[in-house]
This record gives sequence, structure tokens and C-alpha cells, in this order.
Amino acid sequence: MAAITLVEAVAQALAYEMQHDDSVLILGEDVGINGGVFRATLGLEKRFGKQRVIDMPLDETSIAGITIGLAVQGMKPVCESQFAGFIYPMLEQISCHGARLRSRTRGRLTVPAVWRAPWGGGIHAPEHHSDANEHLFANIPGLRVVLPSSPARAYGLLLAAIRDPDPVIFFEPKRIYRLDKEEVPDDGEALPLDVCFILRDGSDVTLVTWGSQVKETLEAAHALAKEGIHAEVIDVVTLTPIDFDTIATSIAKTKHCVIVHEAPKTAGFGAEIAARVVETCLYDLLAPVERVTGPDTHMPLLRLETKYLPSVERIMDAARRTLAAS
Amino acid sequence: MSVITTFKIEYVQYLDAEGKETRNDLPAFTKDLDHMVALYKSMFSTRVFDAKAVSLQRTGKLGTYPSCLGHEAAHIGIGSAMRAEDVLAPSYRESGIQLYRGVQPREIYLYWGGDERGSDYQHEPARHDFPCAVPIATQCLHAAGSALAFKLRGEKRVAVCTLGDGGTSKGDFYGAINVAGAQNLPLVAVIINNQWAISVPRQKQSGATTLAQKGIAANLYCVQVDGNDLIAVRKTVNDALERARAGKGGSVIEAVTYRLSDHTTVDDARRYRDDREVEEAWTKEPMKRLRHWLLGKGVWDDAKEEAWKNACDRRMEDETMAYLETKTQPVTALFDYTFAQLPVDLARQREDALSREKLHG
Repeated sequence: MAAITLVEAVAQALAYEMQHDDSVLILGEDVGINGGVFRATLGLEKRFGKQRVIDMPLDETSIAGITIGLAVQGMKPVCESQFAGFIYPMLEQISCHGARLRSRTRGRLTVPAVWRAPWGGGIHAPEHHSDANEHLFANIPGLRVVLPSSPARAYGLLLAAIRDPDPVIFFEPKRIYRLDKEEVPDDGEALPLDVCFILRDGSDVTLVTWGSQVKETLEAAHALAKEGIHAEVIDVVTLTPIDFDTIATSIAKTKHCVIVHEAPKTAGFGAEIAARVVETCLYDLLAPVERVTGPDTHMPLLRLETKYLPSVERIMDAARRTLAAS
Repeated sequence: MSVITTFKIEYVQYLDAEGKETRNDLPAFTKDLDHMVALYKSMFSTRVFDAKAVSLQRTGKLGTYPSCLGHEAAHIGIGSAMRAEDVLAPSYRESGIQLYRGVQPREIYLYWGGDERGSDYQHEPARHDFPCAVPIATQCLHAAGSALAFKLRGEKRVAVCTLGDGGTSKGDFYGAINVAGAQNLPLVAVIINNQWAISVPRQKQSGATTLAQKGIAANLYCVQVDGNDLIAVRKTVNDALERARAGKGGSVIEAVTYRLSDHTTVDDARRYRDDREVEEAWTKEPMKRLRHWLLGKGVWDDAKEEAWKNACDRRMEDETMAYLETKTQPVTALFDYTFAQLPVDLARQREDALSREKLHG
């Protein structure tokens, strides 16, 4: 079995599910012959036909709303937003209808749809192509927000997202689309939604993160270990509905917590986690919670990009600071 | 100079304001006078339903309600042209179409009375229709998506969205008709142009001579119709549906009518529109002309009208009782329809709400 990248794992999951479920179809911009601008749908039009891989007119609002119509009629649409920075026109349709129809109709109509979007910065892309905006969706009831951070998790969680009877926003950290490879058996085995994944065990500090920052956080944990600091790394993966128990159990053990994310600090999803840590784990903590995030500024153009994104050093400093404070 | 393309918009009317036939080629369905009486009765019951809703709000028994007074011909024309297997994606003012497709008056009262179960329509074909959309024109795309599903599966079904004149300003409407044209979808968009989007008149929405012509750019079949003429609406929508069903593509129909009511029960239209305009609109309202036409055919009379009015009044009283007697949902209903299965975190919030309920009621 050849090792594959995260973006190849996305394509593998899409192909598996299309092969095994006729109601699955893909729609978006450039998803057909071009295979998506990141090639996440590469070869799928040729394999499954233009009826199931549909290049839509270039209007995000239309694509989002039509996804809802398809889903209500019993299809399982996987809609691609070309970049998370272009998903904003979809917000009304997703929030007012996609995430809401089940509740509005008391379960009469449902929306088993997935909105995929390449997410986050770090690839020297043009303006508006690097947004990390998962927190905007995490505040929408009835919606799952999922961010995989490895090829295996991208494969297993995308399968789970497509099979889920409710709408899912599936943000793909494009900075690590092709960073690492791993063997991902194409066995159709889904991974569980709504649970955190513990990527590294540790006893001294809990590092909570998701998306591309999993990479820097794991590197920080590795480097900290050389200093004798044993960090536990939790990949939240499904932001909402949140599995806070896994985080709380870890903090009960480590007594220290650092939250790492790329999005702006204020009202970022780290704020939600920090609030819950205070609500639930205050007496376990030996030091204040630390957050390592993007600043409350716009994602800069590419020259300043690395100044914006959390770095290994910043994460290590925060871990050292919280340990020193106790 | 060479001309690449030109367009024209046909205006369809069969009955004038007095119920006189304005052309001699009435559609075949008008020969079935029993059916025509039944359609008139549906328009009549819609008006009784609507008046009851307004009076319920005025007496504190219903929340804000958007009246459809004056839209009866448009509504019953659309509803009666559709087949059961078609799908309706309405805006919030389309109670008449919904009632025709099997939504119960008590369900609409329940919805505007503040209970989500009012959108859990129990009877087909409404059971597979969309609930009314409150955000403007968003429903057009749900219809387009439904139409795409029908086309992909080879089903001979049509998706119908209805929207107001204001709704045609929104991108969701343009997007829906654009996709319908590009992909030859069985989509029929009916604009119920009642001249007012709350306080903003039709002329301020668009410089277009007709709203129907907005579909020309999408290469759809576009017609303007007298929205107060049941026969014209029914015929035009029926033609559009059959075109779509035959794979010949989508349509935009503009039904020109008038909002005889306030925007909703919390609006006061006298603040922004002239009483004389409303008085003038009343002379063209849809019930009178069809009644005159049926009277002329000898199939309707005052006694029948009185009997039907009484029957409608009794029905709406029964429906009102059923609505008012429907107990409020338990607090757990806040949570139980958010996801197919209650996530752990939400289950805890549900437990909290339940314990608060036990403590404080």
C-alpha cells in the first residue's frame, strides 16, 4: 500500500463513498475535469460522470442553497467551497436552512450534506485565500464542525461526515494537504465524529489544538520532552458538538492547559475551550490557561504570514510559562 | 448594427376585473364548471382562513402573521396547477398554496402561534414540501436543488418556488434561475408581485419593466400574468410545469397582484401608502371577478356562497380550537430536533434545562 497525503485521502474517501452509495454526489467550482484547485476531486468526474461531479456556476450562495435542496430530496451532496475565505456567502444558507431544517420541521426534513473547504493559511496564497474561520460555524446550532489533521483522520472522518444524517462543515487544513504521507487503507472504515483524538500522552501540560496547528503543537511537544516537559497533545477534531470530557480528563492529570489555534484570539474557539476549562477544571489547574492564537487582526498577505501563524517557539514558551507559574 | 437577441414578455389575462372574458380561447379546464366552483371555494376558504389568523393576532392568540389578502387567485392558481409529486418551496405569505396542498389551517396557526410543529405538515403532498422560508428568496435555491435531484434521478417532477417582488432583488433568486437555465432544470419560479415589500414599492426594487423578464437572461420561459385572474395563473403555471416536466426547462412567471393587507399584523401600511391606491386595488381583487364569471355560468349564487361561508367559518373555528388546545412542547423540545442523535454535550444542556424546569417550572 502506498502512503498518501491528506488531500489524496480526501479524494480516496470521496471515491469510496461514491462507489458504495449512489446518492453521494459532488458539486462546487472546478471540481469536475480540473479535479478541484487542490485536486481533492481529481479523477472523480472521469470515474463517476458529470451527473455526479457537477461544476456549478460560480456563485457560492447558489451552490450552498442547491446543496440543501439536493439533500432534502434524499441525495448526499458533498459541496466544495473552493477556499474557506470564500465560504461567507454560504453562511446564510447553511445557518438559516442547512443546519436548521431538521429543527424547523421537527425532523420532517433533514439535510445530510457536507460542505468541504480548504482552510487556513501558510501556503503563500493571495488575499482572502487563507482564512481560519471555524469559530463562525461553531456557533451555529445543528451543525458539526470537523477539522482533520492527518491523512488517516481525513479519510475516516470524511466518510463519517458523508454518512452522518446531519450537515457537517469539513475544514481541510490546506497547509498540511501534502506535508506528510501515511498508509491509509481504502477499507471504508469511518472514524468517530464528536470525539477528540489524543495524539501524544503526557503528564505535565495539556496542549489542545486542531487543524494545521497540530503539526506545530506535536513538534513543540517533542522539543519540550527534551527539556523534561511531558506534554499531552489533544486534537479536538470535531469542534462542535464538543467532546470536552477528553480535555477535562487530561487536565485533571496534567493540571496545565495551553490552547493553540490559528484563528484570531477574541471569540475564537479557544475562548470556548478556555471558558469550559474554567467552569469545569478550575480546581485542577495549577496555573492560568494559556492561548497561542492568531492576533485579532486580518490574516496578512504572504510576506507577514509566518508572523501571524502560531509557531513552535510560541507554543513552547506558553507551555514553559504555564508550568513556571505553578 | 446587428441584433444579437431581442425579447418580449407576454401578458396573460382571461378575466377582467368584472369577470368578463377578455379573450375567446379560455383553457380547457374552465369547461369543468364543478372544478371551477371548487377552485373558487378554495380561494374563499383561504380568505376566511386568513381573516381568522388576523383576528386571532388582534385578540392576542397568535404571533405576528403575514396576511395573504388579495393573493387568493395566485395561490389557488399555483396550487391547483401543481401535481402532488411536485415540490413547493414557498415564502412566508403563501398560505393559500400550502392549504391547497394539504397543510392544515391549524398547522399554519400553530406555526405563527410560535410552535415548530406547525411546519411538521402531516398530510401529503404538503408533507414533502418545504416549510415557508422567512429569509427572503432563500427558498428559490432549495427548489433549484430539488429540481436538480429530480433531473438527476430522471423523475418527472417539478420544483416550484414562490417569492415576492422584493425577493427578485436578491442573489438567491438570480442564482436559482441562473442554474436552472445553465442546467435545464425543472424549476418554476413564480413571483407574486404584490407591489410592496413592506414599505418599499415595486418601482424601487428594480428598473426592469417587468419582473418576469429577469428570467430572460437565464434563458427561461418568462410570462407576466394577471395575478388576480385565477384562470390566467392556473393556465400559465400549468404550461410552465408541463414544459419543465417534458425536459424543456424552467420558467419565471410574474403574477401581478396587490397586497391588500399590511405587510404583517405588526405593520401599518397607512404610514407609507395612499388609501386611494388600496381602494383602486380593491376594485381589481381576485374573488369578485371569478364570482361574477361563475354567476354568469349559472353555477354559483348567493345562497351557495352563504352556505360555503358558514362551512368555512365552522371549519376555521374547529381549526382554531384544535390550535389553541395544542399544548406547548416540553422544554426538551428545544434540544430534541437539533441533531438526529443528541450529542453528549447537548444532552447535558438538556438535563440542565429539565432540572431548571423541575425547580422553577
